[in-house]
Amino acid sequence: MTARIGVVTFPGTLDDQDSLRAVRIAGAEPVSLWHRDKDLHQVDAVVLAGGFSYGDYLRAGAISRFSPVMETIIEQAKAGMPVLGICNGFQILTEAHLLPGAMLRNNHLHFICRDQKLKVENAETAWTSDYASGQEISVPLKNMDGRYVADEHTLDELEAEGRVAFRYLDTNPNGSLRDIAGITNAAGNVVGLMPHPEHAVEPLIGTGRTDGLGFFTSILKKLVNA
Amino acid sequence: MARVVVDVMLKPEILDPQGQAVQRALPRLGFKGITDVRQGKRFELEVEEPVDDAALARINELAETFLANTVIEDFTVKVESQEAGK
Repeated sequence: MTARIGVVTFPGTLDDQDSLRAVRIAGAEPVSLWHRDKDLHQVDAVVLAGGFSYGDYLRAGAISRFSPVMETIIEQAKAGMPVLGICNGFQILTEAHLLPGAMLRNNHLHFICRDQKLKVENAETAWTSDYASGQEISVPLKNMDGRYVADEHTLDELEAEGRVAFRYLDTNPNGSLRDIAGITNAAGNVVGLMPHPEHAVEPLIGTGRTDGLGFFTSILKKLVNA
Repeated sequence: MARVVVDVMLKPEILDPQGQAVQRALPRLGFKGITDVRQGKRFELEVEEPVDDAALARINELAETFLANTVIEDFTVKVESQEAGK
């Protein structure tokens, strides 16, 4: 038996195909979800992929957050369904208030596209259990609006509760407060990060490493063992 | 027809690199004495009916939940013109 993992396509989503591939390579059954369809088609978990949904016209993720599929995802995520937001997906999760804080334009105002070293700070979420706490990984980073911000109180709370899931290593690529690359909700089922694990699941492409595959094997193990 | 204007600005404590880039360009253009620039968004809403208190409350809700992200932004709502007819 395997698990069904859905990947949402919004108008302007770019990385849905790579995310579906990553799900398949990890051994789960990929399911395409459409932004106008409220029905999640019995998936066990959802990936919100990267891109520029609705052109990021208002703010990154702000319009997608009100799409029909998100109504169901927000409701299900609050009930414990695992959700991973990558890049634009992370932005959608903050706009939907499933994760605290917000994403802003990179502090240097340039689009970034390169490999990025990260430290896995929390290896106990639904999406990170195949990593070791403190493990260093390298996955591609590519975005315009990657600067994570939140008020000091929220940042302190995230740190104290171990909810900073990933931190940038060596260099802070976008001015994110406290080098935060990704965070989790308190329950550990909703995780968002700016870098792209789905682009690093095969040795042939991307970083030449498979450091991102762990996200997808983590969730598969969790769902199959559940 | 009424026009309602919603202004959205980053909160003062949030770094605004776009505004800074504008500010840094000013001396080159011959504008002196401008010490800071913050960049924001302005929305002009054309409303079919005259805007009463209930309609204004709805627009406030729209601004708070959608036009602005109150985690990082402040907003103001202002009725700019309230004329009947064309």
